[in-house]
Order: sequence, then structure tokens, then C-alpha cells
Amino acid sequence: MAGMTAATLTKAMDPPPGAQKSARRRGRPRFGRAAVLVVFGLYFVVPIAATFLFTVDDPVKGLNLSAYSQIFGVAGLWPALRLSLELAAATIALVYLLLVPAVVAVRLGGPRLRTVVEVVCTLPLVVPAIALTAGFTDVLKWGSDSMVPGQTTFVQQLLIDIQNPAFPVILLLAYTVMALPLAYRTLDAGMRALDVRTLLEAAQNNGAGRARAIVTVILPNLRGALMNTAFLTLALVLGEFTVSSILGFTPFAVWIVNGNAAGQGPVTIAVSIVSLVLTWLLLLVMSAGGSRRSSSTPTHQ
Amino acid sequence: MSTADPALQDGAVAPLRRPGSVLSVLRRAAAGRLAVVPLLLFVAVAFGIPAVAMAHGAFYTNTATSAPGTASTFTTGNITASLQGGYLTALTGSVKLSAVSALIGTVGGLLLAQAVVTSRFKALRHAVLSASGVLANFGGVPLAFAFIATLGNAGVLTTHLHLKDAGWSLYTFWGLTLVYLYFLVPLMVLSVLPSLDGLRRQWREAAQNNGATLWQYWRHVALPVLAPSLLGGFVLLFGTAFAAYATAAAMVGASVPLITLQIANALNGNVAADASNVALAMSLDMVVIAALVMVVYLPLQRRSARWLV
Repeated sequence: MAGMTAATLTKAMDPPPGAQKSARRRGRPRFGRAAVLVVFGLYFVVPIAATFLFTVDDPVKGLNLSAYSQIFGVAGLWPALRLSLELAAATIALVYLLLVPAVVAVRLGGPRLRTVVEVVCTLPLVVPAIALTAGFTDVLKWGSDSMVPGQTTFVQQLLIDIQNPAFPVILLLAYTVMALPLAYRTLDAGMRALDVRTLLEAAQNNGAGRARAIVTVILPNLRGALMNTAFLTLALVLGEFTVSSILGFTPFAVWIVNGNAAGQGPVTIAVSIVSLVLTWLLLLVMSAGGSRRSSSTPTHQ
Repeated sequence: MSTADPALQDGAVAPLRRPGSVLSVLRRAAAGRLAVVPLLLFVAVAFGIPAVAMAHGAFYTNTATSAPGTASTFTTGNITASLQGGYLTALTGSVKLSAVSALIGTVGGLLLAQAVVTSRFKALRHAVLSASGVLANFGGVPLAFAFIATLGNAGVLTTHLHLKDAGWSLYTFWGLTLVYLYFLVPLMVLSVLPSLDGLRRQWREAAQNNGATLWQYWRHVALPVLAPSLLGGFVLLFGTAFAAYATAAAMVGASVPLITLQIANALNGNVAADASNVALAMSLDMVVIAALVMVVYLPLQRRSARWLV
């Protein structure tokens, strides 16, 4: 057996008759890879570059950056962006609060618990955002239709309160539901790279309580997955349009579309490109930092 | 919580066969359930209530259009209406667009992911992965604008390359497919990349040592192993394209009928009669289709995990 393996190995290492052929075999995918990368590179870069050109190339005034300088003064952008960022922060916090204990419990618990959590976190994929929105409008309509002036019940008051335009809790609920599938998968993958049971055991043998062990031992080891979850959720909330536009709120993405329709074309397009590139840079910096950290510790995804 | 719970330690150290360990296992199971309760409660309220309201409303008459004071009654009329005429055209249009763009996205995403995985440049991997994360999650509004500025009627490429004379229009089926691929390909890259990483180098070497060509290796080794995650990726892409609304909504004037646009129109009161219950019925149609697709997806995902971990 060993002799056979050795013979195969030497044949593979030293292939005099088929050397040219294997070189060609290795050369072809490299050419194919370059072609694939060029085609997709063009496909993904050209629209962004052309959009930039579109925003700086004014048919009347020629090349100028006024679309970008207007970003700082255009009406309505900052309130909309602030609302989106507040919603994003709240959504990330709520996702952490709900999912981190659940994911830890799933790693420690039996397969049945895992199935339950997996199914619950996959359900939002089955109900598209617009269908969820239709359900929300139906609930809200029921609240306002059945209302008798002067005697608002607790539930009806609650339905009014969660639509407060200053901070629409209903969007927080919807966004958290929408973020669950991806956040669960990211956190679960991060957890899988850890030996949670051994880590907890070690911490508890050293006298830490379970809660303390989770906060001081598990969470720091999960930093990469937690950061990933946060940034992907941020991207989701910043770009979210379906729920907020139909329910009549004006966060970032809705402002862009409304502003575009209202004749602020170049500025809104400039804003959308800037937001896309900025989010990407944030994620890139984070992923580069995360890989540098993880390269020192031998974790494998 | 300052000192370790002995029952917890017992269970964690080793499955000791002691009378106390049964109790400890039970207690630990209870603690595990407790940690999941907030999640389940949240989903029941924020997801369950609207979902039930949608399913309920799809089968009841609209109180706004019937005489005041009358209670809504059970009907299948909403569902029937949602599967007729323009609504049916929109539903099939959505399914067709999603299927075509998901198919192209699956192939394209696989090619791109394979190119990235086999590349020597780590920076390329980071750039592609982070860009994919943004594009797949950011939603369609900026993407729609980017394509309008590039290939729309007054877009940079359209005017410079005189594409209009060649019959190009962004606001068609294939134009919309091109825009959808801008977030579907990244989504496929994200979902298939772990599986490609999991393909063992030894498999390829073994195939080569047995005289297999590259094509034979892919045909008989790699693709069969990847098949579940490729199908799973296709399903995910289909679901995403099917649910997409922002892209089409931002591309005002697109002539492609889509179910999401119809639902939004009905909900916003843009149609003559109050069609909100038909909107709920259309939503239910969407959920049924998405559920059928998901039923395919879940077992597949488990199968690919068995091979590739």
C-alpha cells in the first residue's frame, strides 16, 4: 500500500512523458480565470464608473463636482440618513440580544433545539418583505378602523406609538425580522469555528459563571462574526426601501428615490454612489483587519 | 452566578453515569430553551402577527368596500382575483424573470467564485467578498440608479455607444435581468464560496493521477459534490429576485409586469377600487411560491454540509 502511494507520488512529481500536456492543463484555467475576472470586473466597475461620470459631466456646464458638493447642503438628506443610522444601530443591538444567546444555546443543546432555531430564522426568507409589509398594513389598518374616538384601547395606542415618525418601532421590528436569516447564518458559522463546549468548560473550571464565561470568553472569540453581522445588517437597513416606502416613512433609500423623482437627479445619484462605495470600504477595512487577526489564531471557517 | 453551577459542570465535563446527571441534563436543557425564548417570542410577534393577518385577510372580504357595519365574511374571491388578468401576468412575469436571472446568476457566481478561490491574491478575495456583501445586501435603489445613469435612455454608455439605435432599452426583461444580476452574482459568490473552499485539493490530484482531464474532474467529481450547494444557491437567488421590489420601483417606467409592483400599487391605493385584500391574496401567492422553493432548499443545504465540512 505504502509502495503504491509512493509510486503514484513520484509519478505525479516527476512526469517526463506528459510534462507538456500537464503544463498546458495548468495553463488553461489560469487563462480562463483571467478572462472571468476581467469580464466580471468590467461588469461591476463600469456602472459605478459611468455613474460617476454621469454625475460630474453636466451637458451645459461641463465637468464639475457640484453634485458632490451639494450633498452637504441638500434638504432632507441628513434627517433621512440619521433615521436610517439610528434604525441600523437599534436593529444590530436587537439582533445581537436575540441571536447570541440562542446561537450559544444551539451549540450546547441538542439537535432538536438547533432545528427549531434554524427553521425560525429561515421563515423570513419564505415571506418576502413586501408580503410582510402587506401583513403589517393590514394590522395597522385594523387598529385605525376599529378605533372609537375617545376610547383608544391599549393595543390601539400601541399600534399608533410604533408608527411614531421620529423613531418608527415598526421598521425596527421589520428590519430585525429581515436580518435574522443572514445574521443567524453568520453567527452560527463563527460559532462553528469555536469549540464552545471546551471554552465554557475551561472558563467554568477556572471559576467563572456561565454568563460571565459567555461574555468574557465566547464573545471576544466571536468578534469577527459579530462585526460581519453588524456590517451586513447596516447595509441591509441603509438600503431598505420596500417596507419603509409602503408604510410611508422616509429613511435614506426612500429619500433617494423621492428626491430623484422630485428633480434632484444628480445629487441623489451621487449620494447613492457615495453610500455604496463608503459601505464597501468599511466592509473591506473590516474584513482585512479581521483576517489579519484570525491569521495569528488557527481558526478555520 | 459567581461560582460555577456544579450541575452545569457535571454535564459539560463528561457524560457521567450518575443519578444526578439526569437532573443536570434536564436543567441544562431548560437553560438552553430559556435562551431561545426571546427569539421565539420576537418572531411570534413581529413576524407571526403580520403573517397571520396577511393569510387571514386574503380569505376575507374587504370591509372598506362593503356596506358600513357589515362584518367581513369568508371568501375565496381575493385569491381567484389575484390569479387572473393583469395580476396573473405579473405573477408569471416575476417567476420568469426570477428563474432566468437566478440561472444566469448561479453560473456566473460559480465562475467568479472559482476564479477568486484559485487566485493567489488574498487582496482580491477580500475585495470581492466585501463588495459582494455590500451589493447583495444594500438593496436595489443605488444599483437601479447606477444602471439608469449607465445604460438608461440618457445613460453614459447608451449615448456614447449609440446603443439606442441598436435597439437597446434598459426597461425591458433583459435590461432588468442585467440589473438583477448586479446583486444576484454577488449573492451566489457569497453562498457558494465556502463550498468551493471545501473542495479538497487531494480530490483533484487523485483525479489527475488517474488520468482525468480538467473537464472530467469537474464533470465526475467537483460538480456532483457541489450540486447541492449550487441548487441551494439557485433557490436562494430565485427567492431574492422574486422578492425584489426596490430595483423595479426605482426604475420608473419599466414595462416588465412584476407581482411586487402590483402589490405595492394595490397597497398604496393606486388602483381604482380598494384592492388591499387582493394585495394580501397576491402576497399569499408569493409566500406559497417562495415556500415551495424553500422546501427544496433546506434538505439540499444539509446534504452539502455533510460533504464539505
